[in-house]
Parts: sequence; C-alpha cells; structure tokens
Amino acid sequence: MSHQHQEKVSYWAIVKNGIIKENTIFRLVISLCPAIAVTNSVKNGFLLGAAVVFVQAMVNSTVALLRNFIHPRIRIPIFMLIISGWVTVVDMLMAAYARAAYKEIGLYIQIIVAFASILARAEVFASKNKVGASFFDGIGSGLGFLVALVTISFFRELLGKGTLIGFTIVPVKPMLIMILPAGGFLVTGLLMGFFNWIDMKFYGGKGAGGVGGH
Amino acid sequence: MMEKEFLKLFELFIAASVINNFVFTRFLGLCIFFGVSKKMETAIGMSITFTAVMVVSAALSWLVFFYIMIPLEITFLKIVIFIGIVAAFVQASDTIMRKISPGLYYKLGVYLALIATNCIIIAVPLINAGEKHTFIESLVFGLGSGIGFGLALTIMASIREKLELADVPRPFRGMPIAWVTTALIALAFTGFSGLITL
Repeated sequence: MSHQHQEKVSYWAIVKNGIIKENTIFRLVISLCPAIAVTNSVKNGFLLGAAVVFVQAMVNSTVALLRNFIHPRIRIPIFMLIISGWVTVVDMLMAAYARAAYKEIGLYIQIIVAFASILARAEVFASKNKVGASFFDGIGSGLGFLVALVTISFFRELLGKGTLIGFTIVPVKPMLIMILPAGGFLVTGLLMGFFNWIDMKFYGGKGAGGVGGH
Repeated sequence: MMEKEFLKLFELFIAASVINNFVFTRFLGLCIFFGVSKKMETAIGMSITFTAVMVVSAALSWLVFFYIMIPLEITFLKIVIFIGIVAAFVQASDTIMRKISPGLYYKLGVYLALIATNCIIIAVPLINAGEKHTFIESLVFGLGSGIGFGLALTIMASIREKLELADVPRPFRGMPIAWVTTALIALAFTGFSGLITL
C-alpha cells in the first residue's frame, strides 16, 4: 500500500484485509496463547476478542495521532507505554463491570500487553498512516482476531460440552478432550490445516507456514 | 517447621513446572514455543535464557511491587510497571553481556531481544502479584515455570527434528502439524493433573 494510493483505499478494504488476508491467528500465526487459553467457551473467546478490538483500535489511533511527535529511535518503548496504558483501561473496566468473566480470563486480558499483533500493527500501519485509516486498521486486525477466537471456541464448546453460549445443542455425550487443553491445540491445528487447504486448492496459495513471532 | 516450608516450596516448584506447565496447561509463550522449537540447539539456548530472565524479573518485580507499589497504592499500574521492569532488565543484561562475554552474547543475544515483549515473561510477575507469593515463593515459581518451559521446548524440538523428515500432507506442513503434535503432548501432560493440589 504505497502513499500515493493511500487515499483511494477504502476503510472497508482495510478492515477486510485484517480479517481475511492478514488474519492474526490463522495467517500470520502470532499472538497464539489466547487462541487456546480462553476458547473453551464462545463467551470467553468473544470477550477477549472484543477487548483486543478495543485495545488495537485505540492504540492505533493514539499512535497515528502522535506519530509526528515520536522520535523514531525511542518509538518502541513509547508504543509499549501506549499499549500498556490502554490495556490497563480495559483491565480495570473488565474488573469493574464483568467480574465473573474477569476471574476466568483476567490474566489473559493483562497479557494483551505482550501481544505481538498489537505492537506489529502500531509499527507497520499506524506509525505511517492517518488517524482514520489507522483506527479502521485496528478494528480490522482486532476483528480478525475475534473471528478466529470465536471460530475455535465454536468447535470446542460444541464438541466438548455440546452447548453453544451456554445453550444445549447436542444432547449426546460430548467429547471431553475438546475442552481440555489438548483439544485447543488440536482444533487450532486442524483449522489451520483446513484454511491452508482452501488457500492451496482454490486460490493457488502456498499456505501459511507461520512467521514464528510472538 | 523448616521441613514443612521446604516441602511447600518443592510442591510449588513441581506444580509450576509440570502440572501447570506454562505451555501445555496455561498456554503462555506459545509463539516462542512454536517459533524456536525447530532445532534442538536453539531450543536449549532459549530455555536457559528464559529461565534466567524469569527468575531475575520475578525477584525485581516482587521487590518493586511490595516495597514501592503497595505502599504508594499504585498497584493498578502493575501492567505498565512490570513491562517496564522486564524491558529495562533485558536491555541492561543485553548490554552487560555484550561487554563481558561476547561469545555467549552471540549465542543468546538474538533471543534476548525477543524476550522483552513475551507474554510468558510478563506472566510470572503478574501471577506472583495476583497470588500474593512471598519473595522466596516468587523465586521458586519463576524457576519452576522457566524449567517447565524449557522442558516443553526441548520435548517439542526433539520431535520436530524428526518431523522434518516425515511425509506430512501438504496443507499440514509446518505450523498445523506442530499444533496437532502439541495436542498429543498436552494430552500426556494432562496425566500430571491432580498430582499435587495446592
């Protein structure tokens, strides 16, 4: 995305890029920990995803707003400071208004601070683009993350507990392994392979081997 | 009395390293886990660096948390401050290592830079603060977690070196098969649950 064409790229295209082409979990294979940690139920997966959408959008906007004042040599510490500030905001909001969920996924909310995807978007996109575009890039990247978490948790909750968002769907005996830690690795691995297969079969891609970042 | 305390620390160590293994039960540090487990040599280098950083950052952040943050009532800033402590410590050890032992620096230095923003490192101080561990308990928890992470990394590296030669279906090459393999190891680790109840 070069600078001359920047204005022509619609916000929708930016959002779509984050959800599909540069999906954090399935395509870039970064920020993986929560993909398993919180996905034993759709509700938890959705909550953490929503927190990430908020943090990413706010961090991107802040960075884009301040980009002309941040000296390039100290940009990473400044980005970290901005990220940890917004994570603290979400952490405190969650602790105040969603106590039950916070008990389960609180640690992972705090750990958003160390997600490579957040820092990566700030560095790659927000530090070079205007506030509006950066905001929507944050929304897109966050939504990609949210979609991935909800997809994984959909399969795990359905197969592991026979429920979806707490409602019983399948009245048969569920597969316990799916809500165990092992199930998270298994479902994510299989989904990754499945998306690679689609990519290879229909789009002639090479499949994502993963970049192996954080 | 002494014996009882020592036993408790030992239990904490086993719980942190095996039962609540950071990778297989708590799902932390996965990116590094999948990123550097391709070769045995790098996996071992990484494990040593991580364990050292985890113990030292556990100690530093405990001191700051209990002697500065609690008296000043600024515990709500713990995320910002812990990230700062870890980043500053990693930067300092990077510089010191380059001066004192350049050989070791070239072996481990690459990983040191990666550590500062890793969730597994920031998780240790956060869990210590959340569980209100004492100073010694924090150190033991950091050590146990680091060794548990090293264990996971070396197991995975030894499997993946063999996996390179296996005939894996094309869409599953690389990451996906590594995840499926991890699922099987995690299943084995489930066997440890209930060994010690704290």
